[in-house]
Amino acid sequence: MLEVKNLCAKVEGNDILKGINLTVKPGEVHAIMGPNGSGKSTLSKVIAGHPAYEVTSGEVSFDVNRKQINLLELDPDVRAKEGIFLGFQYPIEIPGVSNLDFLRESFNEVCAHQGIDKLDESAFRDLLRQKLKILDMDERFLERDVNVGFSGGEKKKNEILQMAILNPRLALLDETDSGLDIDALRIVAKGVNALKSKFNAVVLVTHYQRLLDLIVPDYVHVLYKGKIIKSGDKSLALELEKRGYDWLIEESEGKKQ
Amino acid sequence: MKAEEKFKEDYKYGFVSDIEAEEFPKGVNEEIVRLLSKKKDEPEWLLEFRLKGLRQWEKMTHPSWQYCEVPPIDFQAVTYYAKPKAKKTAESLDEIDPELLATFEKLGIPLTEQKRLSGVAVDAVFDSVSVGTTHQEDLEKVGVIFCSISEAVKKHPELVKKYLGTVVPAADNFYAALNCAVFTDGSFVYIPPGVKCPLDLSTYFRINAKETGQFERTLIIADKGSYVNYLEGCTAPQRDENQLHAAIVELITFDDAEIKYSTVQNWYAGDKKGLGGIYNFVTKRGHCLGKNSKISWTQVEAGSAITWKYPSCVLIGENSVGQFYSVALTNHHMQADTGTKMIHVGKNTRSTIISKGISAEKSNNVYRGLVKIMPAATGARNYSQCDSMLIGSDCGAHTFPTIDVRNDSAVVEHEATTSKISADQIFYLRSRGFSQEKAISLIVNGFCKDVFKTLPLEFSVEAVKLIEMKLENSVG
Repeated sequence: MLEVKNLCAKVEGNDILKGINLTVKPGEVHAIMGPNGSGKSTLSKVIAGHPAYEVTSGEVSFDVNRKQINLLELDPDVRAKEGIFLGFQYPIEIPGVSNLDFLRESFNEVCAHQGIDKLDESAFRDLLRQKLKILDMDERFLERDVNVGFSGGEKKKNEILQMAILNPRLALLDETDSGLDIDALRIVAKGVNALKSKFNAVVLVTHYQRLLDLIVPDYVHVLYKGKIIKSGDKSLALELEKRGYDWLIEESEGKKQ
Repeated sequence: MKAEEKFKEDYKYGFVSDIEAEEFPKGVNEEIVRLLSKKKDEPEWLLEFRLKGLRQWEKMTHPSWQYCEVPPIDFQAVTYYAKPKAKKTAESLDEIDPELLATFEKLGIPLTEQKRLSGVAVDAVFDSVSVGTTHQEDLEKVGVIFCSISEAVKKHPELVKKYLGTVVPAADNFYAALNCAVFTDGSFVYIPPGVKCPLDLSTYFRINAKETGQFERTLIIADKGSYVNYLEGCTAPQRDENQLHAAIVELITFDDAEIKYSTVQNWYAGDKKGLGGIYNFVTKRGHCLGKNSKISWTQVEAGSAITWKYPSCVLIGENSVGQFYSVALTNHHMQADTGTKMIHVGKNTRSTIISKGISAEKSNNVYRGLVKIMPAATGARNYSQCDSMLIGSDCGAHTFPTIDVRNDSAVVEHEATTSKISADQIFYLRSRGFSQEKAISLIVNGFCKDVFKTLPLEFSVEAVKLIEMKLENSVG
């Protein structure tokens, strides 16, 4: 589904990603971990197409209906319409635009691109109700302006709601668990799990095992200084929880010498 | 298609109608004013009104306090009267020159009996004259007078004479004085006591003739307990020269009456390099004379090379209410210096100001406002909110609020924000499938929502489209 090959990227002149290789297949959940500043958020932003990040070398290809697309050639909105979803660490406020209008317009944009019929108002409302229920969100959410005055937890839930409506092929969730209390974390995880299928994939960027207890990853990757220094299964995350990153960093730096 | 051609297409009202016009020689002087008055077969008192205006104007100099660059205007190089040549006098709307009807139809304003818009009565002003007013009979049944001001001078001279110039006198400002001398046409509305006008009233202003100024004058009187919703639209052809539009609008409300006045201004704004466009120098003011009366201005200013206007309210009657809702968008080399004045005279008068300025490219957008609480205005309240949004880094937004309070019991609040559409905001929307342009229009429309929601529905749809169109290609 997603094939990242030797990806290097920089922002404002600083090299952040220094040769990332990552393969994600349908049905898989990947967790990207690593100390602060290792390039985790950058990786998700580069895949989603943030214009501030410059890709200096490497490839990112995305498989849509058995067709390989070079993601790096596409504008961020086209990537979104092809089924890439980025859940933001810090969701942005859009004053004056209701959540309902925002979700509907966004949904219609994606449907139009994928050749899916738009839903009429009541069918769309039904879809929304169903998704709101999974996320334990009140319908009044829809009338509020996008993220304006939302608490940290509400903002994150709103990201997952958007994801649930857009039904992406690949969801990149950037520290979706940060700033959540235990209950909100459970709800968010429930939402993500409910959306998982054998056709889509999830990449979680996180610092904490507590999220991975709830959304169990198939693969765990440790990013350090712009490279993946270790990949493993869910037990790697448990080990990191116990031992921290130092042993891995030493191991990888030792290898170099 | 070349970029310039594409841009030309962006202003879809830029066409010129091939209509022969009867024009006055260029320039303004006593002879021209007398000729104009004679041409319009006006009574002596109106000629006197004009001459007074002219003498006033001749004493005045062009103002220079505005925060925009107004190139010197040669007032003697402007044609002050241009009337489409009629083959014969039209007895009804169906007899109007087909070319004129076609022009208004192209602008989305059909005038003939069969095609006219239902639910809204339209007065169509083409260059210097009103070419027709729809639904007049329906309105007459309830006693509402809606006609061109020229017609009102003939049919209802007592009303016109009594109120013309009482809200905006000739001495008010340079362009007001000029307008008093040379105003050619415009709309007149009178709503009798207790009548809620059954239709929305609308005036559509179209400039067509070359090197011609449009000087119209609108007077709306809402008698006790009456209500009217009034809409105003304007367009002009694309030309490389600047054209002058200097209008006066006077509103008067008596006890418990309300006037809601909405404008969507889309005069030609000039090209990308700032060549051509309309100078829109307008004086709009309302007097809330009666108790509990209300005047509400809503404006969407999206056109004109220079916009220079301050729709204002003088709140004289006790408990009277003034409102000003404005979206002013400037793009390319456009300049806007706009805002309002709320003068609180009576007790417990209230006013609200919501101003949204959007600047893109190399444009300059100014909010200028005055809130004045007079000594007698015990219990007066004002709330002002002035927000500016910048798109790109070559544009400017400026706010000049003045608050003058002479009564200690007044409560005056002023809030202001300036924001810039951030790259992160745009990226957030793009990552949800919105194109760059859609993302910007979503942000901008959200920014303007508080104003757009005060517009009548069709107008608000038009306003949203207009803003989107104006911002197309402006953010790269």
